[in-house]
Amino acid sequence: MMQRLFFIASLLFSVCAKAELTIEITQGIASSIPISVVPFQTVSSQSSGDVLDDVIRNDLERSGHFSVLSPEDMLSHPHTEDDLYFRDWRLLKQEYVVMGVVTELATGQFQVRYQLFDVFNERELLTQTLTGTQQQIRDVAHRISDAIYEQLTGIRGAFSTKIAYVTTNPQRTRFNLSIADSDGAREKIILTSKYSIFSPSWAPDGKRIAYVMLEDAGSRVYLQDITTGKKELISANRGLNSAPAFSPDGNKLAVTLSKDGNPEIYVVDLNTRKWQRITNHYGIDTEPNWMPDGKHIIFTSGRSGNPQIYRKNLETGYIERLTFEGHYNARARLAQDGRFLVLVHQAKAGGDFHIASLDLTRGLLQILSSGTYLDESPSVSPNGVMVMYAAKHNKRSILAAVSVDGDVKFLVPSKSGDVREPAWGPYPN
Amino acid sequence: MQNMGWNKLFAVSLLSLAITGCASSGGTTDEAATTDSAMEESQTQAVPGSPGVDVVTEEQAAMAANPLLEQTVVYFGFDRSEIRPEFKDILNAHAAYLVANPQASVTLEGHCDERGTVEYNLALGERRADTVKRYLVVQGVNPSQLESVSFGEERPAMVGSDDSAWSKNRRTEINYQAR
Repeated sequence: MMQRLFFIASLLFSVCAKAELTIEITQGIASSIPISVVPFQTVSSQSSGDVLDDVIRNDLERSGHFSVLSPEDMLSHPHTEDDLYFRDWRLLKQEYVVMGVVTELATGQFQVRYQLFDVFNERELLTQTLTGTQQQIRDVAHRISDAIYEQLTGIRGAFSTKIAYVTTNPQRTRFNLSIADSDGAREKIILTSKYSIFSPSWAPDGKRIAYVMLEDAGSRVYLQDITTGKKELISANRGLNSAPAFSPDGNKLAVTLSKDGNPEIYVVDLNTRKWQRITNHYGIDTEPNWMPDGKHIIFTSGRSGNPQIYRKNLETGYIERLTFEGHYNARARLAQDGRFLVLVHQAKAGGDFHIASLDLTRGLLQILSSGTYLDESPSVSPNGVMVMYAAKHNKRSILAAVSVDGDVKFLVPSKSGDVREPAWGPYPN
Repeated sequence: MQNMGWNKLFAVSLLSLAITGCASSGGTTDEAATTDSAMEESQTQAVPGSPGVDVVTEEQAAMAANPLLEQTVVYFGFDRSEIRPEFKDILNAHAAYLVANPQASVTLEGHCDERGTVEYNLALGERRADTVKRYLVVQGVNPSQLESVSFGEERPAMVGSDDSAWSKNRRTEINYQAR
């Protein structure tokens, strides 16, 4: 039934020779939309046009919602409306065509004007003009992908977002916290340590990132400014200092501490540094995540014997169990304004670990991941469409992604070493 | 004080030996062998700062007095943190030593296998360290001699994704900071 693409998109272009991650699409949706992105015309000495439309084609293809025609299979490469013959594209069974022109400005910047056409109705749906520096070619391309995706699916695009993740050498003696484009390109290492780094958590403004570093004396929570690189210690209490999660307004951090003898969830106000205890139970309470309203926190608790997901109302103090199906449910993240939970799920004792979604209104649990092993650390794209997670594949730790509906799947293997702990960043401002 | 300590330790050691003597089988020897390798793994990861020669001699003397003290790792079931009966003798031996040597101190390192989530495992590792700590305190050890720390699934004793590696990774290591 499912259309299998087995499409390997190498995203390592000349502008990002350092990028470590590549993407292999393993499953797209059956009803994907046929679209053609004609190679953009470049009116300048630079060849930025090629890179631009390559990035757009890869973005759309990776989303799983589109079936993108290869430029070699096109009958013509039009750049203006005068050269656009809709019958050619109908012959190729294309529903949409994108074309664009890149010009170099006197300032050294470039400008791109693109148009999106509906082949069947023979009309223009979208046209935009964007400018940027040579270093912003990919940013501009992702913005165009976002606009096309939103126009045709009705969902905001998340191609312009960043992901954070941790890479390790096979000996586990060196850990890097890195940030890259959501397609794995333009990787930048923001922290290198001999200590294990995990649970990166983005501030809603996308400018800071909190994480755990496991030092010899135990776990510590740090907050790092991404642009300045300044690293600030948030918590170094006796016992655990772990699982940081930003509140939706970015002013507070939920953290797991065991300073009072047992792992409990606390909230620290980052401005006043006042701490407030949220949970109080002899079972393990950890992995907090805020609801979008800022008034509820979901967390993992072992209070019923095995880990399950609970939700606490911060105003009333009411605690409610959310997961009942399965032996082990942990590290839940919210998708689509809190309508769905995405979590690590083990159906029965000794069974495999998968990423699953739980529809909170209907109570339906759906296993999303397949083909990977020991799935963990799910992170949801800000538009609530895709889940990136860590898994074992061919004895290596890799990142993989699956759509919240389970229809689209792709792998993001690292060229060397292991990749873990993905965290999908917020929309850029 | 020191002499009294050694006498007491010796008595406890004899008792422990007698108990293990009764309970021991081929499986116990296996456990001891793997315990050693697990300990070596962990020592290569420790921060440099080795104890002086005198201390080592004393340590060796203690080992000679009770071979159970050489076993410094106890293992756990998946997602479990309670002490399995077969490790009580080892813990009793360490408890006796720590009671007899109030200047001695240990760090209890809790670890997990790679299955399950990173954060839940970090909490579970702490439980494993704390269970051992509570057990030793019940045996009379002064809590100030014991420090617990969790490394979750981050510092496996054995690399691999199968039952044999996992069972060696679900552990609490007893690391002496002072003898």
